[in-house]
Amino acid sequence: MSATGPNVALFATCLVDLFRPSVGFSAAILLEEAGCRVTVPVAQTCCGQPAYNTGDKTDAADIARQVITKFADYDYVVAPSGSCAGMIKHHYPQLFADDPEMAAKAAALSEKTFELMSFLTDVLNVPAIHGRFKGVAAYHDSCSGLRELGIKRQPRQLLSGIDGLSLEEYDGAETCCGFGGAFCVKYDDVSDKIVSSRLEELARTEATHVLGGDMGCLFNLAGKLKREGSTIQVRHAAEVLAGLTENPAIGETDD
Amino acid sequence: MLPDPRQFPKNARAALSDEILQAAMKRLETGFVARRTVAAGRLPEFEALRDAARDIKNHTLAHLDAYLELFEENCLAQGGHVHWARDTAEARDIVLEICRAAGAKTVTKGKSMIGEEMEINHHLEANGIEPIETDLGEYIIQIRKEAPSHIIAPASHVSKEQVSADFRKQHTGLEPNRPLDEPDDLLAEARAMLRQKFLNADVGITGANFLIAETGTSVIVTNEGNGDLTQTLPKVHVVLVSIEKCVPTLNDATTLLRVLARSATGQEMSSYTTFSTGPKRAADADGPEQYHVVIMDNGRSEMLSGPFREMLRCIKCGACMNHCPVYRSIGGHAYGSVYPGPMGSVLTPGITDLPSSVHLPQASSFCGKCEEVCPVRIPLPKLLRFWRNEAYEQGLITGVARWGLSLWAFAAKRPGLYRFFADLQMRLLSTLAGRRGRFSSLPFGGGWTRHRDFPAPQGKTFVSQWRAQKKDHEKRRGA
Repeated sequence: MSATGPNVALFATCLVDLFRPSVGFSAAILLEEAGCRVTVPVAQTCCGQPAYNTGDKTDAADIARQVITKFADYDYVVAPSGSCAGMIKHHYPQLFADDPEMAAKAAALSEKTFELMSFLTDVLNVPAIHGRFKGVAAYHDSCSGLRELGIKRQPRQLLSGIDGLSLEEYDGAETCCGFGGAFCVKYDDVSDKIVSSRLEELARTEATHVLGGDMGCLFNLAGKLKREGSTIQVRHAAEVLAGLTENPAIGETDD
Repeated sequence: MLPDPRQFPKNARAALSDEILQAAMKRLETGFVARRTVAAGRLPEFEALRDAARDIKNHTLAHLDAYLELFEENCLAQGGHVHWARDTAEARDIVLEICRAAGAKTVTKGKSMIGEEMEINHHLEANGIEPIETDLGEYIIQIRKEAPSHIIAPASHVSKEQVSADFRKQHTGLEPNRPLDEPDDLLAEARAMLRQKFLNADVGITGANFLIAETGTSVIVTNEGNGDLTQTLPKVHVVLVSIEKCVPTLNDATTLLRVLARSATGQEMSSYTTFSTGPKRAADADGPEQYHVVIMDNGRSEMLSGPFREMLRCIKCGACMNHCPVYRSIGGHAYGSVYPGPMGSVLTPGITDLPSSVHLPQASSFCGKCEEVCPVRIPLPKLLRFWRNEAYEQGLITGVARWGLSLWAFAAKRPGLYRFFADLQMRLLSTLAGRRGRFSSLPFGGGWTRHRDFPAPQGKTFVSQWRAQKKDHEKRRGA
């Protein structure tokens, strides 16, 4: 751990915090190896997106205010998710359009908030990460990361240093997986149709793994792949990059 | 499927099991989507043109009253008539009056979504006037007594086999063994059937892609030429249009035309782009004796003055629906509204009401593909979220969606409490899942587990594990 590197607060995101701590630990390893001092503020819960996207602006603003306060004193805030980082970066400032004081604080946080992969490549200039992982992986670009933050090249660049791993692009990489937060349970039949289309596209590849940068999409893809009895394994790319792959893949058994 | 947005979930389920529709949705992807990608890629200044198109529309909307008055002035100066309609009922009555004054028995129609919005065919029929759709797609759905399922390809949900069967049923006077297997055969038959109708019609009704303020001109783009026959052969031409279609100049219209066809069908230009300015002049070879423009508001001026103004930039190209994973799963009819897809889900609550259309803004995964391809860069996800916000504030979101969210938000705002319950619950779930690593069903989790397994959590939460490790680390260092 560097004593002089940037002071980074890790915003784990609620899905990683609750379901996949190994992604949080992977993110911490990657940041520390890149020379950052990593802190995990204990008072974190969620970015507020569930409320924001349901139209509950009051609760969304309350939760945003909490994040803005707790994460104000770090050089950077990094999240292993394009969706949550996009929420903080692009949507927090909009939540406080009528409150100049909070808007200024939201803008300050927005400036220093990044998604993990793009933070490593674009801010810390990490060219690629060396490691070992055996498999052929299709990378699924999550919509928020891709369209709100322009994340496409970054994870592929980092993964290019992993020995034994080859990346195979699949046709559905840039198309929604059907998750969409509450959308996937509210209109579950439509969501199922969308994720099934992604599975058809994956079946046309040699992929043994699906990698991505957002737990929501990965959870959805893994849930559907496992229901259909597919052997394709799903992981957050951070786990592969950090070498934390002893844990079973998402939705997999121990054996 | 019922033409009622309240039935969205039921309609969507029906659409998902409709094999003919599902095949049609696959064609959409290989057709419009692939061709737009090629067309956009071939034009180096496409992105800059989109910016220019957005700016033209923004400028126009900021001064819409002035440009509409200028259009009226110039249209009148060319000998045309301009009629203002506050809503669909007023617009219908105006059109009926014009048709009656012309003694019309039959009316030919070019494709018009404003005509669909005001249900003009129904109104004319109810008053003894026969409307005849002349766009092939519209003609097909008129025979099938259906509504359009797409704003530029109204019959895109129908298979050619269905059209063939419909034509044989409808056109009974023709040779029963004639070939009707290929699209060209179908087109030729529709042409032959329509030719005499064009010549007999008393009034021709078209929509308009643009109104040009500086010249008093209306513009239509088509690929079949039916619009030209509709508007030049009858003695009366009626243009149905909504207020936001007005642009200041011919130059502006040209810029918008360059993004319109590329975004809609992947063409550089549509086959026909027709400019109509007033009725036939003495020196003209042909044209109508009367030229009427019916300009309808129907909720748009209210959208203009509020947060939904950006929606009025829409030039009705259909790219948002072609690229929408939801539209592509269920087609247009499932929405139950005149306008389907992302643009329809923003526009419909504005031109009808939110309580009846509350499903539409919810039925999006916010993937943002619509905004990515919109030629005038309408932030559709943002506008959908505005409607969700309105719906939440008006109490239209009820049941588990509301109290579940409130309960979650209550905890999310209290990190200590949240942590305690989160650790408890995740450990419980992890233990319950045991070595299986996932659940195939969960109480209250049917929305997820009907179609997917639910991956089990790894154990205690990340934050708690991290904190424990830090403490442990510090203890060891201290000892």
